[in-house]
Amino acid sequence: MKITIKLFASLRAGRFKIGVFEYPEGTTVGQVLDSLSISRQEMEIGILFINGKRAEFDSLLKTDDTLAVFPPVAGG
Amino acid sequence: MQKELARLICQRTKNSRLAWSDQVKLMEETGFTLREVEEKALAEGILPIRYQRNVHAISLDEQYRLFKSRVAVIGCGGLGGYVIEELARMGVGSITAWDYDYFEEHNLNRQLNAQLDNMGQSKVEAATRRVKTINPVVEFIGLPRKFDEQTDREFLTGIKVVIDALDNIPTRMMLADVCSNLNIPLVHGAVGGWYGQVTTQFSGDNTLEQLYGKNQNARGIEVDQGILSFVPAMVASLQVAEAIKILLGRGGLLRGKVMFINLLDMDIEIMELPSTK
Repeated sequence: MKITIKLFASLRAGRFKIGVFEYPEGTTVGQVLDSLSISRQEMEIGILFINGKRAEFDSLLKTDDTLAVFPPVAGG
Repeated sequence: MQKELARLICQRTKNSRLAWSDQVKLMEETGFTLREVEEKALAEGILPIRYQRNVHAISLDEQYRLFKSRVAVIGCGGLGGYVIEELARMGVGSITAWDYDYFEEHNLNRQLNAQLDNMGQSKVEAATRRVKTINPVVEFIGLPRKFDEQTDREFLTGIKVVIDALDNIPTRMMLADVCSNLNIPLVHGAVGGWYGQVTTQFSGDNTLEQLYGKNQNARGIEVDQGILSFVPAMVASLQVAEAIKILLGRGGLLRGKVMFINLLDMDIEIMELPSTK
């Protein structure tokens, strides 16, 4: 299935802004992040969206979904 | 006395505008404070010249409304310094601000009130001086300590908007809870590297909880990325724009939405984040 992945802020460094990738059916958000070497640890992931709706690591993706990944920003 | 003050103000007014020098003379001649003179002038439909460039973006009535408004700013660092500056220049009548910290050399790259000659000085003290030099009519209550969710609640009485200019997740979450319980709108801003985010949370919303999720870490990408000078300046400006609109009750707000700002690629993304409570 085709998944569009949008990365934001510092997650783009050494990766990409937006890309369309092929994943097997039943792939979760967490597995996509693993495939991109984005640590599931809290310092790398702030908030996740599938098609503009908030998602979790175990959310299932379906074909033509867009996954958006934002890192946590907390400085003042 | 009030009628007499109104008469004297009118005497010194040209084209419904009051010059600062006349405001000072009125204070000296009548014994009223600068603040009392300004309030009377605004109530009489006379605008201090310092606000002339606010017209017609906001009306005279709205300028008076800002004068009577009270805003709290939690944090006087990168975000807070600019937030306080812009609130004071807008003519927001009362600002209460918290910060326990002192200026250090590494603040000089971005914190408006950090200067070579005030290293080691309290950030709240520097903000107090800054407000005095730009708009002494503003009542500035500087509290040189950490915001305490129990003992500092009383200072939020009468506050119309709280601005989150903090630098860590646990305190931001605590502040969001306090504001929700006290039914005060909270304007959140955060920065790191080239990036920032802004949202406005009203009582009953859980935007910050969704934004930071179950993140138990104290900090975000700023730990690795640092913070560049223009990022807090921009995010603080967006926060003040939100605060002013809340005070005036008009315009569109980032409620149920988060604006993510990327100044490296010049991308601004607004994501919907409706309350799930």
